[in-house]
Amino acid sequence: MENKIKKVDLIFGKVDYMSILREMTKRTRDEIILDVIDSGLRGRGGAGFPTGLKWKFAKNEEADQKYVICNADEGEPGTFKDREILTEVPEKVLAGMALCGYCIGANEGYIYLRGEYNFLLPSLYEQIDDFHKKIKELKLDFTIRICSGSGAYVCGEETALMESMEGRRGEPRNKPPFPTTSGYLGKPTSVNNVETLVFALMIAREGPTKFKEMGTFDSRGSKVFSVSGDTPTPGIYELELGMTLEQFVDEFGDGDTKAVQVGGASGFCVARKDFKSTLIGFEGIPTGGSMMLFNSSRSMYNILNDYLEFMEEESCGQCTPCRVGCQQLLNGIDAVKKGLKPPSYLEELQKLSDTMRIASKCGLGQSVPNPFNSIIKNFREEIIY
Amino acid sequence: MSKYKVNLKINNISISVDEGTTILDAAKELNFKIPTLCHHEDLCVAGNCRVCVVEQKGARLLPASCATPVSEGMEIQTNSLKVRQARKHIVELLLSEHNADCTKCFKSGYCELQDMSNDYRIGDHVFLDLVKEKDKVIDISSPSIEKDDSKCIRCQRCVRTCDSLQAVSALAVTHKGNNMRISTFLNKPMNEVVCTNCGQCINRCPTAALTERNYIDEVFDAIYDPNKFVVVQTAPATRVAIGEEFGMEPGSRVTGKMVAALRRLGFDKVLDTDFTADLTIMEEGTELLTRLKEALVDGKEVALPMLTSCSPGWIKFQEHLYPEFLDNLSTCKSPQQMFGPLAKTYYAEKVNKNPAEMVVVSIMPCTAKKFEAERPEMRGSGYKDVDYVLTTRELGRMIHQAGIDFEKLENERYDNILGESTGAAVIFGTTGGVMEAALRTAYELVTEREVPFTNLNIKPVRGMEGVKEASVKIKDVKQEWSFLEGVELNVAIAHGLSNAKILMDKIKAGEANYHFIEVMACPSGCIGGGGQPMPTSNEIRKKRAAGIYDEDEAMAIRKSHENPEVAEIYKSFLHKPLGHKSHDLLHTHYTPRKRH
Repeated sequence: MENKIKKVDLIFGKVDYMSILREMTKRTRDEIILDVIDSGLRGRGGAGFPTGLKWKFAKNEEADQKYVICNADEGEPGTFKDREILTEVPEKVLAGMALCGYCIGANEGYIYLRGEYNFLLPSLYEQIDDFHKKIKELKLDFTIRICSGSGAYVCGEETALMESMEGRRGEPRNKPPFPTTSGYLGKPTSVNNVETLVFALMIAREGPTKFKEMGTFDSRGSKVFSVSGDTPTPGIYELELGMTLEQFVDEFGDGDTKAVQVGGASGFCVARKDFKSTLIGFEGIPTGGSMMLFNSSRSMYNILNDYLEFMEEESCGQCTPCRVGCQQLLNGIDAVKKGLKPPSYLEELQKLSDTMRIASKCGLGQSVPNPFNSIIKNFREEIIY
Repeated sequence: MSKYKVNLKINNISISVDEGTTILDAAKELNFKIPTLCHHEDLCVAGNCRVCVVEQKGARLLPASCATPVSEGMEIQTNSLKVRQARKHIVELLLSEHNADCTKCFKSGYCELQDMSNDYRIGDHVFLDLVKEKDKVIDISSPSIEKDDSKCIRCQRCVRTCDSLQAVSALAVTHKGNNMRISTFLNKPMNEVVCTNCGQCINRCPTAALTERNYIDEVFDAIYDPNKFVVVQTAPATRVAIGEEFGMEPGSRVTGKMVAALRRLGFDKVLDTDFTADLTIMEEGTELLTRLKEALVDGKEVALPMLTSCSPGWIKFQEHLYPEFLDNLSTCKSPQQMFGPLAKTYYAEKVNKNPAEMVVVSIMPCTAKKFEAERPEMRGSGYKDVDYVLTTRELGRMIHQAGIDFEKLENERYDNILGESTGAAVIFGTTGGVMEAALRTAYELVTEREVPFTNLNIKPVRGMEGVKEASVKIKDVKQEWSFLEGVELNVAIAHGLSNAKILMDKIKAGEANYHFIEVMACPSGCIGGGGQPMPTSNEIRKKRAAGIYDEDEAMAIRKSHENPEVAEIYKSFLHKPLGHKSHDLLHTHYTPRKRH
């Protein structure tokens, strides 16, 4: 069968970002925001909020100070594409931040860098110094600083990230207010994923059309994927959105793929029987980039157990559904496996996970049901026996 | 400033409320009660327990009603099937991490989680019990507060109380996920940290994770010991609050019933801390005037402003956070600790009892008093001055245990000697009261005239504002006080330690010219003390304060220096304020402590 996956090179190709920024200063912020909206670009961290709209909201706020934050707290298990972007094309990320700053009216930007990526600091600082020098020529007032994370997964959640930046425990805030209204230090803030900022830069350079033509109606453009697990070709690939999982597995599988975990520990597990009917994208299964392939040698019980252990530990612990719910799910599958609870207890746990989905305070607790329900649904026997 | 109105529907009923109102409060206006746990009106919004979730039409998630402001056109259901299922799950989850040994629990019957569990008829435990054995170890290191992590449901009310209400931050959230817990600095025992023992966390804890150390059994043992002569003293603020333990309205004045109940419990003598409150005014007032004289006439380096020392939570706060200002604290012991040594010396002699066989029990609105009684300096009588300190709540429990029908009791009077008091003493129980009592006496001492306020009510020092300031111009003074002629006496009052911090920082920065400052550790003063009946709210505290002021107006004598027993004790025993005996029995010193 012919493989139709289209490899793209928007992210990693070198560009003359100075010329993009020079062109930018000749256009109004509304024009650029309109282009970004028109392109259909949605946040690449996983949640998929329309980027242009976010910028528009932040732009419309009246404030003496606004901020751009580049979310580089890449913590989702199986995701490692932001590290590569920051290694290979950091200047495009910085320029993307300046673009966002120009559009929303912010003159300060922060990169919230995952603690484990501190090895990138020397090169990033060098890049930032160079960037600051260069944009002076354009009379652009934009300063970028780096804020280093301390290892908590939940700090990838934008409000927990800002709590952490402000020196407090990384615990998600109540929303509303949303960051575009009251974000870092209570000021309007646009928090964007590393990859999103680079795409926005490319859309500013090439206009929305080329981007919009790729992908599907709800999932425009391309996306950088982190491919790992039972695959002969692990790595980072920029692919056009809208492929089916079958196409993906044909390209990356080892011939014995029984399941793919799309979107990391907070994503969905898709079993072989559903590969054909599953689209990778917002109308199907969205992902922040993590694609983990499992072949028949893997125990799905162990995989679910690992995800739940991860969530149980990485929950910030403030809200009940997430803090206690994760523990109950983890201990619950163990109890079923050991015969301490009947198999029907899994249904109780699924109901509980439905509560977690709608009653948790932030995306962490809300997405624990994704792996739980999808693995239980597809591999119930492996969990019980 | 006019506020925008927002229109919404709750359970299909239309309502229009101010912009910024939470769904919870809007529902309250329609008389729909949404259950809450982490929410407390004294504290900032948390939105973390999630029991208050509601269903919003068109929304994917169930918003937490305590943390979500209303928006135009919103349609809310507070008890839909979805909401009920989620809420039940959440209560079940909380129970699964809670050591639910309700029959043995001190908080049983007062526990918000228990109430909620009953409301939702949660009988069978669906989920696994997650309470870890290692968490079942109770921290009893503090003489005031017990901390039982196995009862904690992580609502963080205590953390917000300690941090934002009291500016102490002895309790904080540590670790994350399944290990997340409320802990002290480096998980040290409660008696080794910056905790001021104020007990405000206890008042806001929905379960029994934080409770007072209770000494009920020890006190009953003493009462039933034929060789012990047990006297009890009652603090001003208890008499307008204890009624709440029996379902009476906050602020109900039940002094006479309380005295009767104490007598029925078997205390040998029922005496009043109010007596030593009057005595405090004599000692502290004289101390203030002496300091002013030393500063204005003798040109000495004197620590001013002088700070009141009645509130032991405030004292420990000061020792930890502002040790450089310990000289500013009045050396007067608190009324409780003045009572103790007098009971075991002056009183023992009068009633011909051996102080070694005496037991002094005090009923306090306070948990910090338990710590205060344990201080090594509080042995002026040669014995432990105050043997046991019980909170208002503990007394309520004792009365229940003894089967006394509190509401039906006839009023009785305190016993003689250390039982007589004035309206000035009663108002010690609310914020501004010590200041008002001191001004009533000091002004008259210096000018021979009553304070220039209608009916002796010094209104500027009253009320629930966090920090209050007032000035009193002193004119036409008696000959020996001529140095005070024309002096404008500047005073300030703070209640709640975060407000005290505001004042102290101002003083530290040299931006204040006060002469005298009253600080009470607890919000609204002792009536809002950490040992008072639960629940607590601004509304309840206002009612108690009103009770206090009514009690003051109802007293025959309303100025401390006119208390005949006070005159008698100076005549026959103490001789004069700040005299030799006073120094030995009624004054103390303080200990600088570290922040950590």
